[in-house]
Amino acid sequence: MIETPLALPAAAAKVSLFRRLLTHPTGVASLLVLLLVALASVLAPVLATHDPNTASLKDVLAKAGSEHLLGADSAGRDVLSRLLFAGQFSLAGALVALAVALVLGVAGGLIAGYYGGWFDSVSSWLTGLLMALPGMVVLLAARAVVGPSMWLSMMIFGIMLSPAFFRLVYASVTAVRNELYVDAARVSGLSDFRIIGRHILTVVRAPVIIQSAMVLGIAIAIQAGLEFLGLGDLNIPTWGSMLNDGFINIFKSPTLVLWPALVIGLVCVALTLLANAMRDELERSRGPVRKNRKAATADAAAADAEAAEKRGAAAVVHPDEPGDGAGELLLQVTDLGVGYDQPDGSTTHVVNHVNLTVRRGEVHGLVGESGSGKTQTAFSILRLLPQGGRITGGSIFFEGKDLAPLSEKEMTRIRGKRIAYIPQEPMSNLDGAFTIGSQLMEPMQVCLGISKAEARRRALALLAKVGIPNPERTFNAYPHQISGGMAQRVLIAGAVSCEPDLLIADEPTTALDVTVQAEVLNLLRELQDELNMGVILVTHNFGVVADLCDRVSVMQTGRVVETGPVRAIFNNARHPYTQQLLEAILEDTAPRGPLTATREPKELKGVTS
Amino acid sequence: MTETLLDVKDVVVEYPLKGFRKQPFKALKGVSLDIRPGETVGLVGESGSGKTTLGRAVLGLAPVTGGSIKYRGQEISKATRAQRKELSDEIQVVFQDPYTSLNPSMTIEQILTEPLTVRKVERQAANKRVAELLDQVRLPQGAAHRLPREFSGGQRQRVAIARALALDPKLIVCDEPVSALDLSTQARVMELFIEIQERTGVAYLFVSHDLAVVRHLSHRVAVMYHGEIVEWGDGEQVTGAPEHPYTQRLFMAAPIPDPDRQARHRADRLRLLELQREQDVQAGAA
Repeated sequence: MIETPLALPAAAAKVSLFRRLLTHPTGVASLLVLLLVALASVLAPVLATHDPNTASLKDVLAKAGSEHLLGADSAGRDVLSRLLFAGQFSLAGALVALAVALVLGVAGGLIAGYYGGWFDSVSSWLTGLLMALPGMVVLLAARAVVGPSMWLSMMIFGIMLSPAFFRLVYASVTAVRNELYVDAARVSGLSDFRIIGRHILTVVRAPVIIQSAMVLGIAIAIQAGLEFLGLGDLNIPTWGSMLNDGFINIFKSPTLVLWPALVIGLVCVALTLLANAMRDELERSRGPVRKNRKAATADAAAADAEAAEKRGAAAVVHPDEPGDGAGELLLQVTDLGVGYDQPDGSTTHVVNHVNLTVRRGEVHGLVGESGSGKTQTAFSILRLLPQGGRITGGSIFFEGKDLAPLSEKEMTRIRGKRIAYIPQEPMSNLDGAFTIGSQLMEPMQVCLGISKAEARRRALALLAKVGIPNPERTFNAYPHQISGGMAQRVLIAGAVSCEPDLLIADEPTTALDVTVQAEVLNLLRELQDELNMGVILVTHNFGVVADLCDRVSVMQTGRVVETGPVRAIFNNARHPYTQQLLEAILEDTAPRGPLTATREPKELKGVTS
Repeated sequence: MTETLLDVKDVVVEYPLKGFRKQPFKALKGVSLDIRPGETVGLVGESGSGKTTLGRAVLGLAPVTGGSIKYRGQEISKATRAQRKELSDEIQVVFQDPYTSLNPSMTIEQILTEPLTVRKVERQAANKRVAELLDQVRLPQGAAHRLPREFSGGQRQRVAIARALALDPKLIVCDEPVSALDLSTQARVMELFIEIQERTGVAYLFVSHDLAVVRHLSHRVAVMYHGEIVEWGDGEQVTGAPEHPYTQRLFMAAPIPDPDRQARHRADRLRLLELQREQDVQAGAA
């Protein structure tokens, strides 16, 4: 397509996570709870009616009333005031743990993930050790050594929590470190510090925020647990120590245990729900973006297609050459349409009014650029359209039978046995968990109903036939043990194993080196001759077309714009798009020639050495 | 004879393999070539031939364990990060994949100003430069505030080219910059490469597996095979009348987009393979 100055789509407004959380019901609720608790704790000196630590003998275990709104504890201290002040310490303690975990985990993960080397080995080993240690036991031991300090124990707990961040950041960083844009930044002379800050931190930010909410909840719970066991600092009020007091006096004043338990529970639940809400929002944000882009290109294609329709652009059809068209008609696609249902109920059409015929023993090339609908057409013949795609019109007659309305079950009987498929990426189409032999044998046993021994014999024969030097060894090999060219031969062997009538090859040589491509093209030609198959060859390479095809259809934005015998297309293209494609071929252009002195750069910087 | 811009001599790149006392993997086994100012040197080879590794070695992204890479006489194969930073306005890069070579979360403007900020270019000057760069690669000015995902492959590759040009380099390593593009987009991006070269006098080390692309762009061509350069010289000579058996095989394997000529080409290829096989047998017997 011509790159016209961008038809720039409306920029997707970047909505901050916080703003998006406000539209999420649980997100809003948990944020509200947390905000209230935090506010109450901060404003404790204002809100509290009593000093939290002043004991009063006359108020011991006082009932709730006007003097003490929520009653008083076993030392006669006001419960509400203690609850408010305890919030300060409990939250601050949890934040200390979080801060320590964040600093250690994120910094360690960044360094280990980005630089690797000895720091990676040592820190990975250390995190393994930390994760293996039981947190509570370590905290108990630490208390025995350093005394009952809430701050210290929370710092130690922070260290215990740091592996959670380390693992998270480490995984993200190792994934990003080898991205090309990081390489480009290094070539631009950016310091590591900048690269990490600019390119890598942005990737880990979201998961770290989510994890932080979780960790904060854990820290509050663990801290309350410690204090509840009576291992805390008795001089400061915390929710945990209040819980302890309430539990001791549970028979005398049952409500004492209720208030701190309620607050701890509420805060922990709110934090966990907030983490979930943030995860929902962050993950959902990635969804529509992808969909938007896909929809945008599809829309553009649809708009172009409609425009073409309005222009009444009919496909240029070249007549058959004399002597051609002798073969029996194998496949006749008439007026085929393929569309994708959109979430808003409309349908985006990616293939429109496509006509296609394949005779027995004929190779029909389907040529076009990305987004032209050539692969969609091929997949609709196989009835293997991706999720959401469906045939919106037309017929696909294969040996006199329309494939378009067939049920999945009926189609299964035809696929593989009568119509076979060769994919573009050989490696991703072999299952790494099974040997090549078993992957070749299984379809034959199912399609041809032959015994295992017979299938094995035929599989070995096929491997030899597709030019694999040592069939026995390849038969027993796993996919990762063979090269890409070999894998494509194996897939071709699999495709022809049931002697199909029609072979659909989707860019079968695009992923291969040029010398391997020549071999695979030769193999395809031999097999096609021998089995007298009809072939649909999807490709963007005109060299491959010239090598193998008898007939060519050129596709643009979901339509066939020109179709005819291969020589007519190459020598006598009439549609402007076909002409444009043929002009873009470089094979016959003159080489650039040697560098002439006149092309010296005008200004040269001084020699730097 | 003009001055040499880049001089690569007997460069060896080895990647250590996991496992005790395992021999490291030699990606480059002593490679030599040179690039003059304003020249395009094409580097052709199949996957695993080491052509990309050579480009990365020049950029300081691959571990050079032997030989030397001299830029204007200055040894750069062991350059420190600080020296690399100095070199960043001399040597730049355009990568193959326009989808992963741009940070998806940065706007085009941020991407283009990044190399400038390293050079402490003033904000206003940087903005002006971004406008110039977009102009140079024929992108509309409105592109500056958009994210990479809003652009097509060809347009992204233009952004990548603009980023490489930001500091006015003298050499750009192009690692398969047009392989991921559609045929007609590819042709247009290549024209852009030539146009920029003729205007600015930048030199290219142009890595590609596509013989036609290399032939079209390169003044001189090097053919790589198994970590070595097997043929090196004038582009017309190497792509027109190759001498090394591997180069001959390579060029014979590329199909010609014309049914009748391809049929003859195919027959020629099979004859060549037969001939080389016989020669191998004779060499073995001798």
